[in-house]
Amino acid sequence: MSLSHYLVLAAILFTIGAVGVLVRRNAIVVFMCVELMLNAVNLTLITFARSTGTVDGQIIALFVMVVAAAEVVVGLAIIMSIYRTRRSASIDDANLLKY
Amino acid sequence: MTPDAAVVIGTGEAVVFWILGPLALAGALGMVLSRNAVHSALWLVLTMLSLGVFYVVQSAPFLGAVQIIVYTGAIMILFLFVLMLVGRDSSDSVVETLRGQRVAATLLGIGFAALVGAGIARATQDLPVVGLEGVQAGPGGPAAGNVEAIAALLYTRYLLAFEVTGALLIVAAVGALVFTQAERAPGSRKGQKELSRARFLTDRPQTLPGPGVYARATSVAAPGMLPDGSIAQDSTATGIEPQRVDQAPRGTGRHQLGSPDAALGSLDPTLSDTPGGRAGEEHR
Amino acid sequence: MSETLPADGLLGWSWLLIALPLAGAAVLLLGGRRTDRWGHLLGTATVGAAFLLALLCTVQLAGQDGTPADVELFTFIATGELDVTAGLLFDPLSAVFVLLITGVGSLIHVYSIGYMAHDPGRRRFFAYLNLFVAAMLLLVLGNSFVALYVGWEGVGLASYLLIAFWYTRPGAATAAKKAFIMNRVGDVGLALAIFIMFAQLGTTSYAGVFGSVGTLAGGTITAIGLLLLLGACGKSGQFPLQAWLPDAMEGPTPVSALIHAATMVTAGVYLIARSAPIYDLTPTARAVVLAVGALTLLIGAIAGCAYDDIKKVLAYSTVSQIGYMFLAVGLGPAGYVAGLAHLLTHGFFKAGLFLGAGSVMHAMDDQVDMRRFGGLWNKLPVTFATFGLGYLALIGFPFLSGYYTKDAIIEAAFDRADVWGWLLGGVAILGAGLTAFYMTRLMLMTFFGRRRWTEGQHPHEAPAVMTVPMILLALGSIGAGFVLVVATPLADWLEPVFGPPEEAAHAIPPVVVAAIVTGVAAIGVLAAWLFVGRREVPVTAPVRVSPVTRAARHALYADAVNESLFMRPGQWLTRALVWVDNRGVDGAVNGLAAGLGGSSSRLGRAQTGFVRTYALGMLGGAVVVAGALLAVTAG
Repeated sequence: MSLSHYLVLAAILFTIGAVGVLVRRNAIVVFMCVELMLNAVNLTLITFARSTGTVDGQIIALFVMVVAAAEVVVGLAIIMSIYRTRRSASIDDANLLKY
Repeated sequence: MTPDAAVVIGTGEAVVFWILGPLALAGALGMVLSRNAVHSALWLVLTMLSLGVFYVVQSAPFLGAVQIIVYTGAIMILFLFVLMLVGRDSSDSVVETLRGQRVAATLLGIGFAALVGAGIARATQDLPVVGLEGVQAGPGGPAAGNVEAIAALLYTRYLLAFEVTGALLIVAAVGALVFTQAERAPGSRKGQKELSRARFLTDRPQTLPGPGVYARATSVAAPGMLPDGSIAQDSTATGIEPQRVDQAPRGTGRHQLGSPDAALGSLDPTLSDTPGGRAGEEHR
Repeated sequence: MSETLPADGLLGWSWLLIALPLAGAAVLLLGGRRTDRWGHLLGTATVGAAFLLALLCTVQLAGQDGTPADVELFTFIATGELDVTAGLLFDPLSAVFVLLITGVGSLIHVYSIGYMAHDPGRRRFFAYLNLFVAAMLLLVLGNSFVALYVGWEGVGLASYLLIAFWYTRPGAATAAKKAFIMNRVGDVGLALAIFIMFAQLGTTSYAGVFGSVGTLAGGTITAIGLLLLLGACGKSGQFPLQAWLPDAMEGPTPVSALIHAATMVTAGVYLIARSAPIYDLTPTARAVVLAVGALTLLIGAIAGCAYDDIKKVLAYSTVSQIGYMFLAVGLGPAGYVAGLAHLLTHGFFKAGLFLGAGSVMHAMDDQVDMRRFGGLWNKLPVTFATFGLGYLALIGFPFLSGYYTKDAIIEAAFDRADVWGWLLGGVAILGAGLTAFYMTRLMLMTFFGRRRWTEGQHPHEAPAVMTVPMILLALGSIGAGFVLVVATPLADWLEPVFGPPEEAAHAIPPVVVAAIVTGVAAIGVLAAWLFVGRREVPVTAPVRVSPVTRAARHALYADAVNESLFMRPGQWLTRALVWVDNRGVDGAVNGLAAGLGGSSSRLGRAQTGFVRTYALGMLGGAVVVAGALLAVTAG
């Protein structure tokens, strides 16, 4: 058992989140996957904070949480707005910005 | 695990890791794999709770608490709210519309995880663990703990970032308001005068029948009956298709006064004379 | 050229020589109609003043034994290694030219007062004439090739403006363009020669170039010599660029006299004489000069025999006589002085002949066809006398100007004492015979025989303002040769420039040469009398003529050659270039644009609008980056 266990776990969680972003179509679930990626990053930050013996990593993680909260608020508002006009929460339906 | 590490990771932590780690992984996989969005959210809650425990174990009790309260508490609830608003049964179809997307994503994901995981494992196998006890113990002993340590840094070195984050939150709140605000052209909002005038120009100047005025059932989907026995289309809410539901039995005597339906029924002078009653009979 | 004195005294004011006519031109051109009434007087006065100043300067120059005077004016161009100082060089050679230009120029200005009296553009005419005189003086006074080039282009511009003076006539406009373009061909050669000097020697001043030209490789010197010769040919109407000069006669006759007979067209001779130190080092270029001179001499003389336009005959005569001068300067040190002496005497008698022709045209309502003249000798006595003296001088009548100078050239040609010398001398003698023929033909057709005038013509003698210059030039025709060759030998005067005159070992005694030349000329005169004077001259040119005559009438097909060799290939080249531009360059550019457009519209298909596709790309990129990082750190 060492700290790299945490880091590898975080890497795997991050990858799962990324793959989730790629394969899921429901915008809300995609958002959840993004949250999962952010959480994985937070785990690495906290692990490294412990490794180096400074609290800075934890503070960065706190900021990540705050920013994630703001992102969720705005993102969900956007999803709601799109849903209200298009009656769909699928991100594949929002594909007007193309060639 | 180097011999000169300041802190030795104990067996208890290892036990916690080997229990919660697979749980977190399971939660993540479940979130991605479950078709129902609500289930996804619940799986994510599992992962986040596990991570919260990891935070606490890794000398970050404050962040662990924040993780559980803010993330699993507030943000996930927000997700669920939106899910409910959007419609919880808007689950993904099994068919992938983009050709090769799933295969490519899986392969790339495995490759990425292998590369990053291998790289991290290789680079951090001898990672020393200084531990946060020295920082968080403080002069007054363990009493000066994690929160004080975070606060001391947050309000000194990271003060500017902290302030900016506050501004970001305000902007986000305003942005969410703007996005969810229904667009309406200025001046297009009708006042009471205009609404009233418009109503009197129609065939039906009086108010719409309130729900349940002629109701014979508890469901809002059950339309009221007009005196001639036909369905009153106006009596149901917009967006709800009038449905034929089981009508409650019409009261037939004073003994049924105990129930509201019975009270309604009791107000009828004679059962057979009321068209609604006959209608009810026929309906039944 | 070895040493120069700082200019002091009057020589320090020699820049006024250029400034005076230039100021006159500026006043006349900028003054507008206000100067109409006295403009011609101002123009004449500036040139006259310049002539007086030139006389005084020459006297001072003679006082200091002909040591050249260098006048530093200002720094013209100074960038990096290129440092061109504008300066003037007043040496015996310049002095001779300055005197010729201002002297003959003054006379022709005076003549023009009468000739252009009724022309509405008289002020403009004098402005251009002054501009020409200023540019020509800069050409001969400049102390570097760059200054010479500025003057060279200046006279080209003035020549263009004056040929096209009656620009409403299509013929004049076309002739001016032709002259300008053919001059450009020569100017390119001159410019390239100057560029080579810049590149190889780093200087263009006469002193600098002549001092260090010996250090160059033989090929480079020959290249410079040939390019300078190209410039000289363009300006002097020599083969193969001779075709513009006869056409230039579309300009007013005083212009023909001043620019296209006496001064500008001799600039080529000046250039080659001035560049003598270069040509001394390159026998090849010198041989080419000889060939050009001999060839042009014959072409001009043959063409002159066939034309009926009095001015064109004189123009071809000019071409031919400048051929003599090229022949002379091509002979090397022995010929420089002879060529320059012939240049001066030719300046007198040819200017006089042109003024006489102008007087005839003046009398005959601008008629130029000699077949419409005849019997004018008693109607225009002064013109006849002066013209006749010029004629005699030109054909080399004993003891007149041409006799001394042309014979000197022929003698110098024979003095080479080899096959080439005999050949060149023979050509020159043949040219002398032809000259006698066509000039006699001109005289007979113009002044003798039956009057073939058109109806209603009443020839009258020109006013004094025109006849006096003619008389003065006729005096020059009589005496200039004697003065320049015998009385005050030009060779001694030019000694500081060309070195001491060497006592030539005559292969044939001069007396014999003179006798032969005079005899051949007499045969030419006799032939002209047999062919023209004895018989009735038809009013229209006979159509059925021998091929020789037809070729001569077409100036030996110079224009046809030019058209077929240069104009049509040029047009084809232009068309081909347009085609290449349209298809090749534009095609490449358009093709590139179309290719870019097509590929971008195809690549645009990658923009599916699906966020997940883009995210896939991002993840792929992240994998690549992670793999690269790992490969770098692990490797």
